Amino acid sequence: MGSFIEIEALEHSYQAADGAGRKALGGVSLSIGRGEFVAVLGANGSGKSTLARHLNGLLLPSSGHVRVEGMDTRELAERGELWQVRSKVGMVFQNPDNQLIAAMVEDDVAFGPENLGVEPLEIRRRVKESLEAVGMTRFRKRAPHLLSGGQKQRVAIAGALAMETDCLVLDEPTAMLDPQGRKEVLEVVKRLHRERGLTVILITHFMEEAMEAQRVVVMDKGCSVMEGTPREVFARGEELKALGLEVPLAGELAARLRQAGVPLPKEAILTVEELLQGLQALRGKAHVH
Amino acid sequence: MLSDITIGQYYPGNSLLHRLDPRVKILLLLLLMAEIFIFASWTAYGFIIALTCALMCCSGVPLKVLLRSLRPLLWIIVLTFIIHLLGTPGETAYQLGVINITWEGLSRGTFICLRLMLLILLSSLLTFTTSPVKLTDAMEALLSPFRRFGLPAHELAMMMTIALRFVPTLIEETDRIMKAQQSRGVDFTTGSIFTRLKAMVPILVPLFLSAFRRADELALAMEARCYRGGVGRTQMKALAVTRLDYIAVFLMIAMAAGLSVLAWLD
Repeated sequence: MGSFIEIEALEHSYQAADGAGRKALGGVSLSIGRGEFVAVLGANGSGKSTLARHLNGLLLPSSGHVRVEGMDTRELAERGELWQVRSKVGMVFQNPDNQLIAAMVEDDVAFGPENLGVEPLEIRRRVKESLEAVGMTRFRKRAPHLLSGGQKQRVAIAGALAMETDCLVLDEPTAMLDPQGRKEVLEVVKRLHRERGLTVILITHFMEEAMEAQRVVVMDKGCSVMEGTPREVFARGEELKALGLEVPLAGELAARLRQAGVPLPKEAILTVEELLQGLQALRGKAHVH
Repeated sequence: MLSDITIGQYYPGNSLLHRLDPRVKILLLLLLMAEIFIFASWTAYGFIIALTCALMCCSGVPLKVLLRSLRPLLWIIVLTFIIHLLGTPGETAYQLGVINITWEGLSRGTFICLRLMLLILLSSLLTFTTSPVKLTDAMEALLSPFRRFGLPAHELAMMMTIALRFVPTLIEETDRIMKAQQSRGVDFTTGSIFTRLKAMVPILVPLFLSAFRRADELALAMEARCYRGGVGRTQMKALAVTRLDYIAVFLMIAMAAGLSVLAWLD
């Protein structure tokens, strides 16, 4: 798994209205492998969206470097060739209403490849394939405002896929969706990662979504403060809570049961299934005694 | 109010007129309009009216729907007729006190009304059989030669596209804001025009704010999808001229030539 995105001592300051800079990222270093599924967790204002927008050159580092397949975003920007990164790293934003451009689903999916100057027949093929990949073929003639939130986000994903992107950055894609839409979107993302080997970077504050990733990065005050597998990270429940994040419900319950003196097994408990297993093991022991 | 928002008056279908290239349709409409103004004789109008009827028949749009497009301008048509009826000097056909109706006025009034109705019906045929998206594409294509004089053809078309996409969204939003304000006791329906206008302020302010926020996010999303303006851009649904278009152009030019000969013989 070669390194696909390389972030090196990335700092970013926003220009505030009074002219003073406000530091949003203070030295983040991160390396993301090709085909990896990384979740970035953090409370509001932790800098996770700012980080996401560096990955395709929507924002440029104040200092440090972001390299995608070895291409430095700042160098590309100087040459006016940022589209090279943007076609490789597709992005899905939080608000499903504000990222679809055309008045018909299939026209919208075609927007990316049209900008890249792809041949019309090839665009058609890509649009068809991308809509199939997100299960929206049936709605290809529909107007976006007639779709549900989850469907709009799937169309947005298809729009990125149609650019033949290698990597999908999703910036809180489910924050404005109902539970049904959230499930739809997450399932599509998981399937694309599994079946197509798409690199996925999921920015979220839902713990359940982060559980699906191979690696979790926790951000706080513009810095990466924890990194590891979901299991490793969520085992540090107290620290997460101190950062203003919620621990998965099953993990929280297990922690409280332990506090109350219930002798649950030593292994970390994160999912409902694990908690059930742990409790059943207890019951088994009780029968023996 | 919000269940079906349609922009323009496109009537979906697959008739001959629907299948014509929108650029060809616009150009032929301009040609026809020019003919209506140039060949102002009854014989020429006979041909043009016959053609308009034929086009209306093969457009697949119901006659009732087509005639409805005349309604907004009905008063103008009637008024024009009356002015010409009474204001044209000539041989008296009917006299009632000071009102003097002449044969010339009757003929002139009818003629001008026919002209107005033809212009309206023909342009509605274009908008009935061409979707707004296609109209936008055609506009971009037809205006692109003027780019060298600094006309932003692509940008204008992109603005239209975005407007078409966002008008329904913004209408939905207006509705939501209105309901929110009504639930807080704002009254939009009673009082003088001035108080009612004042009641609109708490709708417009949030609506504008949200529109600006949307614009900001949309610009980011467009950049993220490699938008770099019109240069080097392709189109999935590129407009293509087919045999049908050639036939239509040929027939229309033949008709224009025929009308010219008629006018010359007169």
